[in-house]
Order: sequence, then C-alpha cells, then structure tokens
Amino acid sequence: MTRPSDEQFRALFEPRGVVVAGASTHPGKFGFVALHNLLASGFGGRVLATNREGAEVLGVPSVPSIEDLPDGCADLVFVCTPAAANVDLLRACAAKGIRAAFVTSAGYGEAGPEGRVAEDELVAVAAELGILLAGPNGQGVVSTPANLCAQIVAPYPPAGRIGVASQSGNFVSSFLNYAVMTGIGISRAVSAGNAAAVTVPDYLDFYADDPATAVGLAYVEGVADGRGFFERIRSVAARKPLVLVKGGATSGGQRAAASHTGSLASDDRVFDGAVHQAGATRAATVEEAFEAAATFATQPLPRGPRTVVLTTAGGWGVVTADAISRGSLTLAALPDDLRAAVDQKLPPRWSRNNPVDLAGGETRDTIPEVLELIASHPEVDAVIQLGLGIQSNQARLMRTGPFYPDHGLDRIVAFHERQDARYAEAAASVSDATGKPILLATELAVASPDNPGPAGVRATGRLCYASANRAVTALDHLWRYARHRQRHER
Amino acid sequence: MPDPTTATLSEADSKALLARHGVPVLDERVASTPAAAAEAAAAVGFPVVAKLCGDAIAHKTERGLVRLNLPDAGAVRAAAAELLAAATPDDGDVAVLVAPMVKGNRELIAGLHHDPQFGMTVMLGLGGILAEAIADVVFRLVPIHREDAYDMIDELRTQALLGQFRGEPPVERDALADVLLGLSRVAIDEPSVRAVDLNPLIVVDGRPLPVDALVEVAR
Repeated sequence: MTRPSDEQFRALFEPRGVVVAGASTHPGKFGFVALHNLLASGFGGRVLATNREGAEVLGVPSVPSIEDLPDGCADLVFVCTPAAANVDLLRACAAKGIRAAFVTSAGYGEAGPEGRVAEDELVAVAAELGILLAGPNGQGVVSTPANLCAQIVAPYPPAGRIGVASQSGNFVSSFLNYAVMTGIGISRAVSAGNAAAVTVPDYLDFYADDPATAVGLAYVEGVADGRGFFERIRSVAARKPLVLVKGGATSGGQRAAASHTGSLASDDRVFDGAVHQAGATRAATVEEAFEAAATFATQPLPRGPRTVVLTTAGGWGVVTADAISRGSLTLAALPDDLRAAVDQKLPPRWSRNNPVDLAGGETRDTIPEVLELIASHPEVDAVIQLGLGIQSNQARLMRTGPFYPDHGLDRIVAFHERQDARYAEAAASVSDATGKPILLATELAVASPDNPGPAGVRATGRLCYASANRAVTALDHLWRYARHRQRHER
Repeated sequence: MPDPTTATLSEADSKALLARHGVPVLDERVASTPAAAAEAAAAVGFPVVAKLCGDAIAHKTERGLVRLNLPDAGAVRAAAAELLAAATPDDGDVAVLVAPMVKGNRELIAGLHHDPQFGMTVMLGLGGILAEAIADVVFRLVPIHREDAYDMIDELRTQALLGQFRGEPPVERDALADVLLGLSRVAIDEPSVRAVDLNPLIVVDGRPLPVDALVEVAR
C-alpha cells in the first residue's frame, strides 16, 4: 500500500481550517475537549464546528451539519461523532473540499466483527473520496509549525524537531509530557489509533521528507506484515534517524499486545535484527526512546566511538567509564599532545587520563578551556561532561540560608550561578564549533531544574541528562546509527 | 514432531547443497561399504569421523550413529560395518560419511529459519552445550550483505569468545561472514529450502567449520 500524498498529509498537519464534527457543550465530552485544545493552542486557521442543535461551543458558532459550512473553509475534519454517522459525514466533508479526517470515534475494529465491517467501509469510502483517514479510535494529531493541537488529551508540547507516531495514544501523551519536562520539542505527533488506512510507517515516511522534523520516534506493538514494515523503516532510516520502542518483547508482553491491538507476535530477536538491519535504533524503555530522539534532534552525530569523560569529581567518572565500556562506544585513550595541553591548565593532581578528572583544580576559565581542548582534538569523537550545577547548588543553599546577602554571600552566589550558566553555554558553542556531540549530565536536571546549570543547558535548546548513564545510552544510540550509515552507505 | 510438509536432506546432500552456494564445508566422502570408507579415510587424512548418513536420519548422536577419532583404516572398516548394520528399514538408503576429525574449543551455530512475519532469516549464535541457556543469537532478514554479516558478528554479546581464546587465534571475521553470506544465497537461490542448521560450527584455527549440517526442504 502506498502512503497518502504530501498534499493529503499537509491537510492533516498544516490545515488552513479545521472542523470539529460533533462538538459538544459538555466539558467532559471529547467533542468539547477537542475544540478546547484546538482553540487553546493558538491555531491560526479557521476553526469551525458541527453540533446537532447548532449550539455555540466555546464561542464558536456551530452548524447542524457539514452541508451548512462554506465550501473550502477547512482541510481537516476532527471526527467525534458516533461511528454510524461517519460514512455520510466523510461524503459531506469531501464535497466541501476537506482532504483529511482524524477519526477519534470508537466502535470500529477494536470492537469486534461488526466494528471491523464498519471500519472496512470507512476505509473504502475515504479512499474513494481521496480523504486521508487517520484513526479511527485515535487520540489526535499535533503539529507545532501550525500551532495545531487537535487531540482529546493534554498536553500541547513545545515546538521542536521530533516527529512522533504511535500505535498507542498513551505513548504520544508520554512523549509529549517528556517534551514539556525537558523543553526538547515536537514537530508532529499522531496516534495512529486502529491504523485502518494510515499506519505508523506511513507517518514516519512523511516525517523522513518533512523539513520540520529531524528524527522519527515511534511506538509499535505488533506488525502484520513484517517484511513490508522492514522495507518501510529501512527507507525512513536511510533519510533520517529513527528511534523505535516496541511493546510485546517478552511472552507476557506479547499476550498483552495481542489483546490490545490484535497483532501477532514474532520472535523478538528477529524483530530486533530487522530493526538493526534497517538502520533504525531500538530503545528498551519509553524514557530511553525519548532521550535518544531528543539527542538526535539537538546534537551532531559522532563520527566515531571515541568518547572522553570530563568530570569535576572522580567517582562519577569511574561509573561513566563503566557505562561507556558496556556499549558500542569506546573510552578514548588520552592522546599525549592532549594530555600535555591539559597539563598547562591544571595543577599536577589531575587524573592525567580519561576520565579527565579536574580534581578541584579549576579556576574561573578552566572548564570551558579544557573542554575546548578535548573536543577540538582529532582523536576525540564525543564528550560527556559531569559536575554541572554544583556551584549553583551551593549558591542556592546560601541564598536561602540565614546569612544571605551578608558576609560576601551575594557576590559569591552571583559568581557561582554565572559560572554554571557559562559552562552550559560553552558546551553548546564548543559542540557547534567542532561538530561533535557534548552531553551534560547531572541529577540536578530533575532535582533542581531551575539551577542555572541545567536551566542553562535547556536555554541552549539541548537536553540536560538526569544521569551519566542516561547520557551514555543516548550517545550510544547516536553512534550505532552513525556507524550503520558509515558501513552501509559507501 | 516431524513437519509433514518438509523433508530433511541427508548430511552429505545438505553439505553438498550448502557448498554449491559458497558455504565452506569440510573435505568429506560418502562410502557405501567398509572398504570404501577406509579408502575415503586415507584420502581425507587420519584421524577421521564416521557417521551413518541418510535422508531420514536427523538425530545421529542420539542413536549412536557417530564414531569419533578413528585413527587408522582398521578402525574405520570396523566402525563402518557397525554403522551400516545399525540402519533400520525406516532409514531408507544409507551410506557412511567419512570426514576429517576437527578440534576446537569454541562452537558457534548458524542457520536459516522462516519467521511467520519477516520471512527467511539468517541466524548466528553461540553454540555448545550451554547455548540454549545463554541464548546469545542474532538474526537478519534475507538477503544480507557483507556489512550486515559484520554487524551480526559485532552484535553477539559474548565478544570475548571471538577474540584469542585458550591459545587459539581469534575467529576470522571474514570467514564467519562467508558462512552467513552463503546461507543468505542458499535462501535466495533455493526457494524450496525451509530451514538450515549448521550445528555446531567448530572454530578450527580461527576458521568456523560446520561439522554437522541439516537442510530442510519443502516436500
């Protein structure tokens, strides 16, 4: 099956107007929530609504049926009406020039044999009318370039470059919540629902050509046609990084998936091999998947596996070295000329090896200068930097303690906070200048997100990782993807 | 339970089919009499292994139809006579397969398997008696390219076993990739093949050699 046309996808993701079919005056109903979210996200196009009584909802004057709307007023219909009404609804929508429908209504393939008949009819009618049919039984669609939040759940995420497609609506919400939490934003997000006509690989295929999207992020549970799925994701991964998380990897999970989406399970190791062969990367958990995608969206790809750990304290460096050695990355041997150059910046007690442990030897400019030396070296492919935010954490205690601002505390607090913000900026600018990934990790990213260290990382548009291990895992995804491209695209 | 829609080839026919597609196999001979077996053994070099071989014989070891480490012509003649006498009417046409006795501390497995959703797959894994418990196996979909074969080798968790090991040289990655690429070619060129098991592939001086092979074809 071929995917919908670019024009149809534009009607879904960049509509000039949206009709909410089945808008409700009851704030607990999907027909109300969908309209609310659409209006609240600041969508710039026309917003229209149908309601059987023609009632006004949230200030939008509705009409009893689609036939009452002006021709060409909308490209997308968001369908909240009962399944039985939807075939006629689609025909009326096509007559008005609508090219895409997101059907949130339930009562289709998930509801047994009768529902499957209704679903098949809906698919056939949409195909005949040339309407892109998203869903049914899906949560909705988000498109930040269009300020579009046509979905029956929160949140509306910050704008960014991750394109989400999911076989399960809840995972869309999870990924969007991570986007809100981290500030690493979303370009498009869609829950495929029953994926009766448009499937997760179809959306990913569109993202692969979508200038607003840098990386695809998908949740899949089961695939009906494994070979077809493989060819599609291989084609996507040849154009853009693609991170997959799959449910049903264990026999317990497979039984749950069979009752959720009715999909047959393959041997998970075969699925795993197919994903790697396709050049996509696979994450074990939802947070790992989001962080991998966020890293693809905000860091350059490493050109090799040689990683240096830069730390202000010993123990962190040791644990990070362990994590690096367990995966596909390598702990770079510190080149002699780099060691000599770092020697000029530090007292003799520094580690003199990788991890580069500054051992408290830093003065005002040491951290940015040493980072630049390391990242600029041709035998270093990536840097993981630890220790950000320590100074500001002390500053916070001083600022909220009983002695502030006396005894010089006001000046030292300001100095500490300036330094951490500076380290965050330096990491981003050195990364940009060298074209190498530089990942900053500290638990303060979640323990104290307003700390000028992690807040500074966020201000540069990058992710501050909650632990060194999570930074290593994300970087590992980037290197495996980069290595696959190097090996397979000569 | 045997699958009624498939049939197994004899070990000799299995290996001949694999060799035609570039899967490296040992220099082996088929003999129908004890005297011919002794001649074959002299040709491949002592010591040798003798096995009873036939289309219907899949579980030789369980039935005691494998004789290892035969040092001279007399031993081969005696073993071959016993093996031929052990054949039952159900075994159909049988012969004795004579192969050089190879030794190595490391065993791998490789093969072709049909997945209900992804179709034919090439498999590589750790072999030996602990293989099932360790379950270190990787798959790729047919066809594979040489880079895919290298990826498979890299993806085995037990990488230490592929390096220098107990005084033996590292596993030759190119030679192992040749086995996997040969399997992929078998799947493409022989549509009747349903499954292949190379178990074990013994690593001899760094080179993986299939000492047993079983090809399953559609009836």
